[in-house]
Amino acid sequence: MQTINGQNNPILCVNGLKKGYNQMEVLKGISFTVEEGDLVSIIGPSGCGKSTLLRCLNCLEILDEGEMEVAGVRISRRHSEPIPRNFSQLAHNLRQKVGMVFQQFNLFPHMTIRENVAIAPRVVLKLPEEEVQERARELLRKVGLEDRMEYYPSQLSGGQQQRAAIARALAMKPRLMLYDEPTSSLDPELVEEVLQVMRNLDAEGMTQIIVTHEMKFARDASDYIIFMDEGQIVEISDEDEIFLNPKDERTRKFLNRWIKE
Amino acid sequence: MRTFLSIIPWFCFPLLYLTCLWDAVWAEDRGNGKEENPPILRWAAATDSNVPFAFYNEKNELIGFEVDLIKAIAAEMGRKPIFVPNDWDGLIPGLGRGLYDLVICGIEITPEKEQEVAFSDPYYVTFEQYVNKKGSENIQSLEDLSGKTVGTLTQTAALAMLQRTPGVKVKIYTQEINAYKDVANGRIDGVLLDFPIAKYFAYPNPLLQFSGPQFGQLLYGIAMRKEDKALQQEVNAALRKVIQSGKIRDILSYWGLWTPTIAAAFGLPEEPSVPATGYDEFLTKYAEKPTFLDWIERYVNYGPLILQGTLVTLHVSILGMILAILLGFTLALIRVYGPEPLKWLVTLYVEIIRGTPLLVQLLFLFYGLPNIGIKLSPLLAGIIGLGLNYAAYEAENYRAGLLAIPRGQMEAAQALGMSQLQALYYVIIPQSFRLVLPPVTNDFISLLKDSSLVSMVTLLDLTGVYNRIATQTFDYFGTGIVIAVIYLLIGLPFVRLARSTEEKLAGAKKGQNKNFVLIPVATMGYLFNKRK
Repeated sequence: MQTINGQNNPILCVNGLKKGYNQMEVLKGISFTVEEGDLVSIIGPSGCGKSTLLRCLNCLEILDEGEMEVAGVRISRRHSEPIPRNFSQLAHNLRQKVGMVFQQFNLFPHMTIRENVAIAPRVVLKLPEEEVQERARELLRKVGLEDRMEYYPSQLSGGQQQRAAIARALAMKPRLMLYDEPTSSLDPELVEEVLQVMRNLDAEGMTQIIVTHEMKFARDASDYIIFMDEGQIVEISDEDEIFLNPKDERTRKFLNRWIKE
Repeated sequence: MRTFLSIIPWFCFPLLYLTCLWDAVWAEDRGNGKEENPPILRWAAATDSNVPFAFYNEKNELIGFEVDLIKAIAAEMGRKPIFVPNDWDGLIPGLGRGLYDLVICGIEITPEKEQEVAFSDPYYVTFEQYVNKKGSENIQSLEDLSGKTVGTLTQTAALAMLQRTPGVKVKIYTQEINAYKDVANGRIDGVLLDFPIAKYFAYPNPLLQFSGPQFGQLLYGIAMRKEDKALQQEVNAALRKVIQSGKIRDILSYWGLWTPTIAAAFGLPEEPSVPATGYDEFLTKYAEKPTFLDWIERYVNYGPLILQGTLVTLHVSILGMILAILLGFTLALIRVYGPEPLKWLVTLYVEIIRGTPLLVQLLFLFYGLPNIGIKLSPLLAGIIGLGLNYAAYEAENYRAGLLAIPRGQMEAAQALGMSQLQALYYVIIPQSFRLVLPPVTNDFISLLKDSSLVSMVTLLDLTGVYNRIATQTFDYFGTGIVIAVIYLLIGLPFVRLARSTEEKLAGAKKGQNKNFVLIPVATMGYLFNKRK
């Protein structure tokens, strides 16, 4: 297992994780650890498996082989072993503690923003209604949408929608947030407002893993960066280190454009 | 979503209650006659196109020589006669199904029919009468009909005779009046039918003439279940008394049907005992040309009957649709999210239902299921038949609706910690529901029209009422217009609902640029789900 400096308080450990579709292996043995409070960026060329990795971490996909422990929930599977019987229960437990934000926002279009944020605390956590509403208002204020609470997703800009999606994920009070290319489908001028929300969360000590193409954000905000290629982690590095002095040839090639900047 | 779901019980419970009530009445009504006082004799006839046997007069009273006869027989038996209407084609199946004790409907005693049912002794003896246009040649034998087109009714001895005669082109009618009309206007050469029918419809018509000798000998018998030997003996004993007392002569004379043939068969005097009042009244009524005022008055008189038919149609349609929606929805969920073997079964169900005619399904439910011990009331058979049939179509609607929701919606819901069921209930179903609203509304309109088929399982719905009134008044035209207008009026609100929801969806689609599903759905959500 590759280790990262310190490793006092790991919230996420992945060891030898493999995942394939049909005959094609997408993840070829991934191992890394994330500590509480870290902001980690995962970068790499298209099709390198970074989104699949994120989906495995949230149990939207089930790993084929390997082990992972996320926010205290441990899931492991040996080679060609059947899916564990209690997988859906484990996945359910895990998701209570992990929030996920999607590239396409995936807000519920038939609900207002406020309802989008309120639904999970209400039906999953079964909190009393006053508390549900209080939490929804507070979170929407936090992402700067307090004046848009009664709007439907289709009435908002992409940036506003993505901020609402972050608020929705936060409503479960997760210990870890996963972002799958959160700014990729946004117009360039809307990217910054979403990144700012993530910076604020980082400042509050939230643990965040972000699959992104925003190299500047990755470089400026991340505690460290994971570079993936062809289903493997090529390099894990401190942000400046990887940009200034990439150890691997593939990293150098991928980052060439940004290094020049 | 919740507000919409919550109105379903308001429709459901009163109607289910009505169904139970109706079934209770029905069950009581057809309870074992032996235990009641006076015991009941349940008899059936097809009243459409059944002059002079059993038919409704303009006051909606059931009259005819068989009606009088069965009353006389029941009186001899010490039983109370109760009439059960049915279609001509359903009379014998209904007997087997136990809907009634006997059928008296001008059924000829033939060896083939004796395989199926037990017959009483003959209560009328007659023959087939050929009728052609006044002034055309007089035929001597059936062979003379070779090369001619001859009309008759289904399932009659006349039809069998014509089919045995080489060279005759047979045209089968469902209404004797239409057959004779076609002779008068030259469309066919002649009509071969039982003498009583010819006497009522052809004899008084100056354009027509009786031609040729009496063909064959027809014996009418009362049909009963083969196993009801005791009833058969009881009926025969009563019939003998009615004949010996001369009561039958009075009845047949009143209806103008007392002939030398029948007199000889029963050994009674040839001349009628009473004037043919029934026959004369029918002719007077039949010859009358109704004025517009008469016409209006007639439909006002039929008002209660039409209202009753409308209620039956609404009842069957609404309950059928509720059943179809609930069941179709469950089927769609199984087909999209269920486990493999169940999915397979649901697909099979959908394909079987969609691949077979609704009428066959209804007849199977009503006449077929009793063979394995399941007896449904006509109303229940109608509702279940329509519901099961449309459930297959609704399932496909909902399936399309569920599949139209992007996968990310389910993933986002699950990522929030919802179970699959919670995700379906709160996220997927409300969205797909709005997508399928227009096709479902359209289906309800088709169901409303298809509900006319329940008249085939003895229900007196709007279509049944149409048949009843038209055969009594011989006015298919005016009655048809009245009934069509009622169907239109019932369907109108749903047509409008379907159109407006479609327009809202289409309008929302025009203004969008990114996601072609989410935006119309969101708009519908805005319209339907204004919470707080």
